[in-house]
Amino acid sequence: MTTPLLEIDNLRVDFDLPTGPVTAVKDVSFSIGENQTLALVGESGSGKSVTSTAVMRLLPEMARISGKIRFAGEDLTEASASRIRQLRGNDISMIFQEPMTSLNPLQRIGRQVAEVLKKHRSMSGKAARARVLELLEQVGIPEAQRRIDSYPYELSGGQRQRVMIAMALACEPRLLIADEPTTALDVTVQAQILELLRDLQRRYGMAILFITHDLGLVRQFAERVCVMRHGELVESGSTAEVFAAPRHDYTRMLLEAEPRGHKPPVAADAPLLLQARNMRVRFTTRKRLFAADDVFEAVRGITLDVQRGQTVGIVGESGSGKSTLGRALLRLLDSQGQLRFEDTDISGFDKALMRPLRSRMQVVFQDPFGSLSPRLTVGEIISEGLRVHFPELDRRERERRVIEALEDVALDPLMRKRYPHEFSGGQRQRIAIARALVLKPDFLLLDEPTSALDRSVQVTVIELLRHLQDKYGLTYVFISHDLAVVRALSDTVLVMKDGMVVEQGATESVFANPREAYTRELMRAAFVDPAA
Amino acid sequence: MLNYIAKRLAMAIPTLWIVITLSFFLMRLAPGGPFDGERQLPPEIEANLMAAYHLDEPLWMQYLRYMGNLLQGDFGPSFKYKDFSVTELIMQGFPVSLELGALAIGLALLLGLPMGVMAALKRNTALDYSLMGVALGGIAIPNFVIAPLMALLFGVLLGWLPVGGWNGGALPNLVLPVVALAIQQIAYVARMMRASMIEVLGSHYIRTARAKGLREHEVILRHALRPAMLPVLSYLGPAIAGIITGSVVIEQIFGLPGIGRYFVQGALNRDYTLVMGTVVFYGVLIVLMNLIVDLLYSLFDPQIRYDD
Repeated sequence: MTTPLLEIDNLRVDFDLPTGPVTAVKDVSFSIGENQTLALVGESGSGKSVTSTAVMRLLPEMARISGKIRFAGEDLTEASASRIRQLRGNDISMIFQEPMTSLNPLQRIGRQVAEVLKKHRSMSGKAARARVLELLEQVGIPEAQRRIDSYPYELSGGQRQRVMIAMALACEPRLLIADEPTTALDVTVQAQILELLRDLQRRYGMAILFITHDLGLVRQFAERVCVMRHGELVESGSTAEVFAAPRHDYTRMLLEAEPRGHKPPVAADAPLLLQARNMRVRFTTRKRLFAADDVFEAVRGITLDVQRGQTVGIVGESGSGKSTLGRALLRLLDSQGQLRFEDTDISGFDKALMRPLRSRMQVVFQDPFGSLSPRLTVGEIISEGLRVHFPELDRRERERRVIEALEDVALDPLMRKRYPHEFSGGQRQRIAIARALVLKPDFLLLDEPTSALDRSVQVTVIELLRHLQDKYGLTYVFISHDLAVVRALSDTVLVMKDGMVVEQGATESVFANPREAYTRELMRAAFVDPAA
Repeated sequence: MLNYIAKRLAMAIPTLWIVITLSFFLMRLAPGGPFDGERQLPPEIEANLMAAYHLDEPLWMQYLRYMGNLLQGDFGPSFKYKDFSVTELIMQGFPVSLELGALAIGLALLLGLPMGVMAALKRNTALDYSLMGVALGGIAIPNFVIAPLMALLFGVLLGWLPVGGWNGGALPNLVLPVVALAIQQIAYVARMMRASMIEVLGSHYIRTARAKGLREHEVILRHALRPAMLPVLSYLGPAIAGIITGSVVIEQIFGLPGIGRYFVQGALNRDYTLVMGTVVFYGVLIVLMNLIVDLLYSLFDPQIRYDD
């Protein structure tokens, strides 16, 4: 092979923070050849995004770079600002993780894509528009002719990412840096975007530096892989080699972090804890004072039985109604249809009637950062429910139960004096679980409890949930878009789309023999191997 | 759009009613009356005057009578400026106040926006600190302090500008009142523009613009400026209210024949109808200006559409 297209040689990036310098990337070296795809893998904070942003010289001013970044033999760390601007968007382009916010909200998308062409190819407005139209069609924007004059807010996340790709490819770059391009998207959209990138790579013959935390994607997508941790490169090699025989412990740990195992089924005659018959949830909005209501049905006639000790997994893409269903099951939202908790018909129960049942039906939300009050200590957060539901308990008893709950979620009880911001995402999710657990619930709604966490942290939270279910005989409804997690945790699974059930059944039979095309598509997109 | 405008105007009616009612009764709570002068009027004459203006009726009847007239667009006669109706006085004063206010808002944007942008671009440098220091001063010092000080310095001591008077709206007469009125708004606009510019510069789409290979000034002008101006634009509604209340003080200090001066004089003289007239006029003005600002906003931000 001749000179590689991109050669990174002992790259080091330090940030001059007010609190002192922090090293984000240390002695990283790798190279990418023409037409090659290299995946840079690591968990949040591993320095993978800093590395890729350094190539574009887009790091903030407080960053200090040393080492060499050679693009087609030219050292970019030494290049002038105007030379870098010539390369950006032209020879090297980049797509980012946040499709929702990466486009200028006040400009039509056609103009934003055309800007690159006008800049680097000196195209006239008319020629640029024609080329933009062609690009939008290539990246699969439906009705490109009409969409070219849309504003970003009129497009979905997947479409916006396609626009970003069109912008990145406009000048046919030799290197495309894709920084977690699909992380914010639904699995089926993710698969489409990756297929698109692969197809365009074939057509344009560009190299791709692919940054991700998802090893499943790497296996599908990249020829070579570099694993980063704490700013250092711990392992690199061909994807096949690394996956077959990881040399570094951390790589091995990442590979094993895929959720595994199955849930032992409950006895067939286990009593029913929750029964929902023909559940419907409608949202009405009124646009004008005297206009008819707009009715949107988010959940359309779902029937569901949950036995004591069972875990029911609900999967589906965003907007499928899975969270709405979950909230309706707890009567946090009003719904139609029949709903029974044990022997009580709670169908029409209002807040006051539900209150005594609340301690027995608890919920853990997705966002471990937003769902804990920042002004309360962990101890106060956990004990708050006790004060409401068990006012007869004295301070010492409350304290004892808080400590017990923290021990249950494997956190040091001394941490109850601290505030949520002092904890990592995984720890916060444990706190959220402890907050639900302290009330000794029978039923726990878990709404994407692991989605915001790194894979290796996810696995420990899943283990914890399993352990707690065993210990306390808990019943879970587990909502997730992550099929691998659902497969590892649930007895039965319910696949939702547009507010309806597409497929429902015992987890293993649904995963091994999906009957519906949509379920198969979801699995293919999530790279779940039915045979595993 | 028309639908939206109609709805907004309809929603303003209860607001205005509360403002009018409150001012009406508050005004009457103040001791004294329109005919208390230095020279005591003979009781018969005062009684006749009171009867002529229906001031001898019970308060609730006066209120109903006033509201009734108001609905017909009649602000009533002024008690002090005999021979003039309140409408005539307001129409006389309005062009002066309008010119003053429009110039002050214009000046606030003309100076405030660039100050904010510069401070944001040179964040945490000496330039940023000095611009924001000046702005903080502008906010902290009230206009009734700054106006006489300016008149003293530029009018009396340096003799560059007249200390007061309208003089048909001649430029030298305008400078001090407009600047005094605008200072606080310049400061607010500058601080707001700086904050929102900094936020926009940190946003993902600015990173995208840089990744396209644009020059820094292209990034700022094409991608950062307009989004950053949105918060300032929505501040214009309150800013106009601020300018109006500010002009009450400034017109008094510089002796300008605008509505603000009539308002103050009216309040001091217990000229009930004149005060009420200006309150209603200011109320309607603020409602209308806020509506116009919100409509302007929709021109800036494509996500805001009023044509349900």
